[in-house]
Amino acid sequence: MQDNTQSSSYQQLEQKSKYTNMFLRWFLYFVLILFASYFIFPLYVMVVTSLKTMEEIRQGTLLSWPSGLNFESWAVAWGGRGYGAGDTFLRPYFWNSIKMVVPAVFFSTFIGAMTGYVLTKWRFKGDSWVFLFLLFGCFIPFQAILLPMARTLGVLGISNSIVGLVLVHTVYGIPFTTLFFRNYYVSVPTELVKAARIDGAGFFKIFFKILLPISAPIIVVTVIWQFTQIWNDFLFGSTFSFGEAAPIQVALNNMVLSSTSVKEYNVDMASAIIAGVPTLIVYVLAGKYFIRGLTSGAVKG
Amino acid sequence: MFKWLEKNLPKIVMAPAVGLIGWFVYGFVLWTLYISFTNSKILPKYELWGFGQYEKLWASRKWLISVDNLLVFTALFLIFCIVIGIILAIFLDQKIRAEGVLRTIYLYPMALSFIVTGTAWKWILNPTLGIQKMFIDWGFENFTFDWLVNREMAIYTIVIAGVWQSAGFVMALFLAGLRSVEDEIVKAAKIDGAGLFTVYWRILLPMMRPVFFTSFVILVHISIKSYDLIVALTQGGPGISTTMPALFMTQTAFHKSQVGLSAASAMMMFMAVAAVIIPYLYSELRRENAR
Repeated sequence: MQDNTQSSSYQQLEQKSKYTNMFLRWFLYFVLILFASYFIFPLYVMVVTSLKTMEEIRQGTLLSWPSGLNFESWAVAWGGRGYGAGDTFLRPYFWNSIKMVVPAVFFSTFIGAMTGYVLTKWRFKGDSWVFLFLLFGCFIPFQAILLPMARTLGVLGISNSIVGLVLVHTVYGIPFTTLFFRNYYVSVPTELVKAARIDGAGFFKIFFKILLPISAPIIVVTVIWQFTQIWNDFLFGSTFSFGEAAPIQVALNNMVLSSTSVKEYNVDMASAIIAGVPTLIVYVLAGKYFIRGLTSGAVKG
Repeated sequence: MFKWLEKNLPKIVMAPAVGLIGWFVYGFVLWTLYISFTNSKILPKYELWGFGQYEKLWASRKWLISVDNLLVFTALFLIFCIVIGIILAIFLDQKIRAEGVLRTIYLYPMALSFIVTGTAWKWILNPTLGIQKMFIDWGFENFTFDWLVNREMAIYTIVIAGVWQSAGFVMALFLAGLRSVEDEIVKAAKIDGAGLFTVYWRILLPMMRPVFFTSFVILVHISIKSYDLIVALTQGGPGISTTMPALFMTQTAFHKSQVGLSAASAMMMFMAVAAVIIPYLYSELRRENAR
């Protein structure tokens, strides 16, 4: 009885507000699309600018459509103009970044998986303190380690080298990868591991036979997170490398800043897109995993 | 021997991670702390010098400007990111068509580096060929938009680009928060006659307190470490009008070769982050333990 009156009054309410509702929905879509255009605007401007000639850029506006698909500035950004000194282009730095990212992502993910495994499945006295000890590394502002790091790389003889950057990114990735794997393995039932131990399986066998096969989602999250962080890094790249060993973000920044004669905005935009495209592709293809990593590891030092 | 190895294998596997973090995080921070108490110039010196560097730091006009900029930037960055993030999250939560596409658009800047973002915005905001020219060509002949080269206003261009990059992330956090609320609560409130506005303002948003807290911590953290965006957009200029602590630190260390002073500025940043992070970690751990 009571239920009945309630639901009918609810229906009445719905009817009365039908028109206000329609207005509200239009308003809703209007605001959402307005913000969408704010977010898409820079990307649009980057793409159309990169396809224009400098003449078109001077004559048109930011939004004006390019006269044709002119990929020349892309070619210049990627491979240069072909004259010797002072001709900077992104190709070698793009490969530098790849050579830096692949090993750094691999090592930091592997170490994170191992520590996450021990911290959840081979618990020992004081292990939660060890976790806290590692976790704190996620939060330090990197300025507090730049000076000693620069000296250490010098002493080891790997300053201004890809190897040095791999070391730096591996080390400062460990807190994040550990956090990811630890939080994932915590939800895997420990009984599985206990049963396997009774059956005589050892430390590594349990990891490779039981945990690794179910780790695909967290490996994807971790690899995407590490890839994005390391690819996009500028602080370490610009502090610990220069010249030929620089990763792509540093090269992009140098290119944009050190234009000698006329500013070529079309080449600048093409370069920016080239530097941003790898992470953008990852985001579009694996957005779900990207966001999951973002929400669990976003407090980055 | 073999028995011992087998028994301690987990700890041995842990050792590299613990060793690396112990050395490269804790050891290095302590080293920086020590150096901040010495009178180091180009090369580190190890005789203690007391609080001299900190006195020098807080007497430096450039440092005071960077702290001032950081406060202005953080305040605006927080407000805009959170307000835009909440509006987008609430609006997207209304069973919107093409929600997936919109969400992707709002969040894609997070995938780009601050250098890419800065390069793009620098071009858009440049007074000769950018937004200003666009409006003039559209017939607004007296339109001026020269914030990028204006001492007073340049800091706000960093806010514009920063908000563009991070607002979508706050949206994602709040959307996840709103989606985790039970439908029943909203239904019950509606039956009691509450309008949509009241439902959000009085019921749902107050339930989002942890999300507010998380967003706050993450955004403050991003803003304290702001470095790349400033380098790409303004290089701290015009003049030193957009310097921030992170930029101050690297410039003092690597261009001015004042290692002691830059160590002191790094420690100030470290303490600022710690002041935000330690309460956050504490409350997170307490929540986890309570579960």
